[in-house]
Amino acid sequence: MIKFLFDRDTWQEVIDSMSKNKLRTIITMVGVWWGILLLIGLLGSARGIENSFNRSFSDFATNSVFIFGQRTSKPFKGFQEGRAVRLKLSDAERIKENIEGVEFVVPRNQRSGFVVRKALSGSYGVAGDYPLLDVVQKKKLIKSQGRFINQTDIDNNRKVAVISEDIYKQLFEKDEDPFGELIRINDINFKVVGVFETTPFGGPQTDIHIPFSTFQQIYNQGDNIGWMMITGEREYDIKQLEEDIKLSLRNMHKIHPADKRAFGSFNLGELFKSVESFLTGMQFLTWFVGIATLIAGVFAIGNILLITVKERTKEIGVRRALGATPFEIKRQIVVEAVFLTMIAGLMGIISGGWILILIDKTLGQGDDATFVNASVSIGVVFIALLILVILGTLIGLIPAFKATSIKPIEALREE
Amino acid sequence: MLKINQLHKSYPIGDSSLHVLKGIDLDVESGEMVAIMGSSGSGKSTLLNIIGMLDEADSGDYILDDVPIKNLNEKKAAIYRNKFLGFIFQSFNLINYKNALENVALPLYYQGLKRKERQEKGKFHLKKVGLLDWAHHLPSELSGGQKQRVAIARALAANPKLLLADEPTGALDTTTSYEIMEFLQQLNDEGKTILIVTHEEDIAEMCKRVVRLRDGIIMEDKKVNQVRASQYV
Ligand SMILES: Nc1ncnc2c1ncn2[C@@H]1O[C@H](COP(=O)(O)OP(=O)(O)OP(=O)(O)O)[C@@H](O)[C@H]1O
Ligand SMILES: [Mg+2]
Repeated sequence: MIKFLFDRDTWQEVIDSMSKNKLRTIITMVGVWWGILLLIGLLGSARGIENSFNRSFSDFATNSVFIFGQRTSKPFKGFQEGRAVRLKLSDAERIKENIEGVEFVVPRNQRSGFVVRKALSGSYGVAGDYPLLDVVQKKKLIKSQGRFINQTDIDNNRKVAVISEDIYKQLFEKDEDPFGELIRINDINFKVVGVFETTPFGGPQTDIHIPFSTFQQIYNQGDNIGWMMITGEREYDIKQLEEDIKLSLRNMHKIHPADKRAFGSFNLGELFKSVESFLTGMQFLTWFVGIATLIAGVFAIGNILLITVKERTKEIGVRRALGATPFEIKRQIVVEAVFLTMIAGLMGIISGGWILILIDKTLGQGDDATFVNASVSIGVVFIALLILVILGTLIGLIPAFKATSIKPIEALREE
Repeated sequence: MLKINQLHKSYPIGDSSLHVLKGIDLDVESGEMVAIMGSSGSGKSTLLNIIGMLDEADSGDYILDDVPIKNLNEKKAAIYRNKFLGFIFQSFNLINYKNALENVALPLYYQGLKRKERQEKGKFHLKKVGLLDWAHHLPSELSGGQKQRVAIARALAANPKLLLADEPTGALDTTTSYEIMEFLQQLNDEGKTILIVTHEEDIAEMCKRVVRLRDGIIMEDKKVNQVRASQYV
């Protein structure tokens, strides 16, 4: 068998037969090529989109919800409806202590502030934050020597600021070292201690973080907090957790238990779940389409090969009359089919690869790219190729089996 | 060379069956040149195909070169066809995407000969049928007579003991037919055993023995004085 595969005559026969049956050869090859190409294109794009989503989400605790106070919509225990609801620091502590499944509670305050540095200025969101925020949101610090707000900042009401990359670009010269530099927020000097990367996605954005205690002091906030960000333990359903927390908050604030509007929320976990199921759906669809394409390709090939059954049967009859054994005939056809589908499949893989490179070059660059690292695993591709080769071979074997199972004279009689 | 004893063959047709060969007895010695004649549908081709192991008899004995041919597996049958038998068909049955030389060399491929050897032998036989200059032409570029000569060269390539020709001149005009017959006579002179199915009397007369079939049995079997084809060419 090995000798057979390295025999020049074997390949001469394959080439002869392929070049004789040009139409069949071309259509078979186009079918396989197109199937593989589409499969790679689809799987690769799907992976690219998935990667893009994952990159956007990666900085966020996905099992999290933001809760903030609004106004009551039902009168309760002598209170009129329409009462403003303000969250307190104590609420955060009690939720952390009382509600099962809560991992972190991060109280936050935010205001807009007028920021000046030298001749440059702008209006930005300024938030008072605890170090915990960094644990939950995982700020990506850009300059290695920078840091986020720490406990000492909080304890000493320090006037330090961690700013976003955008603000750094707007308020500083290119390549200027921001550390230790001062910026004025509403006429108070803050020292810049960190710069973080801006993520394109995932809930409320903040431009400048200052210590929570400093914020309290400057804006005279008392124990009020703007909102809190709550993350749930992995195994807890974030939607359920949100309901539990709101109910307990309504209880603490003497609000009607059914007053849905008293507390607003933004459930990142829910959003993430729907995106995730969208991605799963897309992946499923892609596989479905890809496999359907492969099957359609194989059937197209099958048709073409079957059309030539009669012609082939006669030829096989002649060969048998000249002394070819059934094994020799089938072997030849298998080599031919495998060769044909392999070449076409490899061409499909190569052009599929080009398409993915093209996608990457045109749509895959930059931070907000639609396709990030569009790629397919080589294993998947080779399994697809293997399936095609096997199916192509089986289809190619149909005439061979037919023509070798009948008597040679019957094969010869085929017109 | 071959011995046939009470050979029967019928074809199923719908629910009934058509009894084509009804007990054929035939002995052919080495070196004979036999014409098998009979009206259309008398079973000439059927008989020849059974002799050539392209078809199987229902009952009866067939001994080819001292080997009983019965229930051979297809692999063995293929080897016998390759070594003992050469076929010449009315419709030539050349492989249309192979040139003359490749067609002639094909049986040698199945004999497992080396490429070079095949080429040499193929050329030798093509030369014998006078078509060496046409070695690299496709069958579609050849005339009927030329195609049949390529087919004869192919049948000869494996140096078989028995040549079987089913109406080899059926698709050819008289002159070309006689050329082919002249060549077959030469081969017979050299010692090849040849069986020719034909329904043309003049072709039959160019053989050494004529077997006539009718209604599935041999009606007449006689030696004839061979008419040499060369006198007409
Ligand atoms: N595969 C088959 N199935 C059914 N009947 C067949 C088959 N082959 C041959 N026959 C029938 O058997 C009979 C003998 O056929 P065969 O081909 O042997 O005749 P023949 O003598 O060669 O005739 P011709 O001179 O026309 O070639 C015919 O009646 C034919 O119809
Ligand atoms: Mg006939």
